[in-house]
Amino acid sequence: MAAETDLLVEHDAHAEHHQPEGGWEGGDSKPFATSYGKLMMWYFLLSDAFTFSGFLIAYGTLRISSPSWPVPDAVFATAPFGIHELFPGGHAPLIFVTFMSFLLIISSGTMVRAVQEGARENKRGVVFWMLLTVIGGAGFLGCQAWEWNNLINVEHMTVTTNPFGTYVENGVYLDPETGEPTDEAVVAGETYLMHKAGESHGEGHEGEAHFEYPTTATDAAGYMVDDRGYIHRKFLVSDGFDAGATKTQEFGPSAFGALFFGITGFHGFHVLTGVGFLLIILINAGSGVYAARRNGYEMVEKIGLYWHFVDLVWVFVFLVFYLL
Amino acid sequence: MASHASYEDSKKAVWKGLGLLAAVTVAEVILSLLKAQDWAKDMQPIFIGLAILIIVLSVYKAYFIIYEFMHMAYEVKGLALTVLLPMGLLVWGVIAFFYEGDAWKGNREEINKRNRIEAPIQSGSTGAITPAQDDLIIG
Repeated sequence: MAAETDLLVEHDAHAEHHQPEGGWEGGDSKPFATSYGKLMMWYFLLSDAFTFSGFLIAYGTLRISSPSWPVPDAVFATAPFGIHELFPGGHAPLIFVTFMSFLLIISSGTMVRAVQEGARENKRGVVFWMLLTVIGGAGFLGCQAWEWNNLINVEHMTVTTNPFGTYVENGVYLDPETGEPTDEAVVAGETYLMHKAGESHGEGHEGEAHFEYPTTATDAAGYMVDDRGYIHRKFLVSDGFDAGATKTQEFGPSAFGALFFGITGFHGFHVLTGVGFLLIILINAGSGVYAARRNGYEMVEKIGLYWHFVDLVWVFVFLVFYLL
Repeated sequence: MASHASYEDSKKAVWKGLGLLAAVTVAEVILSLLKAQDWAKDMQPIFIGLAILIIVLSVYKAYFIIYEFMHMAYEVKGLALTVLLPMGLLVWGVIAFFYEGDAWKGNREEINKRNRIEAPIQSGSTGAITPAQDDLIIG
């Protein structure tokens, strides 16, 4: 293959002196009956799989070690254009992120089609299907940008602050105005989002719509506003060791934000670089670079492997962050 | 897929594969939403069963993507083994780290328990209470 594809090697009389194996392609012997590039792509993906596994196992370890953890259905329940408002209770659990998954899965399918057209040396087919793949990948990135923006700017989650807490005991809320117990139940295992005083937010605000919380730090009988403006409601515990005590909503495990932004960010960065490489290879394919190589558009096959891997990682990110 | 079937067949196989992955994903989301219902949370065996089912479905999706979309099924067996066998190390990684995480949680609970034995119980307590974190449910 080297003689056909690499003109420099073909015309270099001294090639065998500095490249005893015959060049970049690895010579005539093909380990595992595949090309050098494809084999190395597989091993790169193996190493990348270990990186992602390390991150996801860290997530699992910290989640298991925490007394409580935000319930994904409660955290990821918003969608753009107010679509979540159409769902009962104003919550659309996992709907938007399922749509994001579909985008990646479909772009994986169009990538397979691009590889198939490449094997038939059909340039137009390769360019068409790769273009659809790029659109799918870019769409995914756009969705992720919306999701991050919503979490950071609307729900005020950061790498170090996690306003999604989870109750570990049952009880009732105190009325923010009077500090008296209400009939609004606090349920163990239920996840709450602490809003910021004086700011609009993306979710329903049941039962407290008429009360204006002060924007300065306050410690009232029925609520507390901390110096960063987060509203902590107070509740009366009705069971367990602390039955009868008044407690204040706490921030959720702070590792949640760091893990979420770190891992989905690392995956999103893979998608971003994938879209970049897809575009480069799309342009090369369109300008006839790979047609001249007459090796069945092997470069498209290699970027295809990478792109499927990005989809594969999302299967597990989706599993770990959203489904479990 | 080009090497094992006609062009038309392999084209159809892509769309069938996509349909399969989409169907499995929808099934996973439905199971996950079921799992989050109150009645499922109250019944631990059902909750765990649903979680395991979702994990199995995800592993099946991973298998399908690797073997069909990434063509691993049509590569030499040695290539598949050198890529897939090292992943086996992760099985131990999961067991060891999750065991460790559970031990951290156990230690923390133990400390909370001892603190309660040593500290006199405050009568009619209101306001500042250290965040006691027992009877915990992982959501």
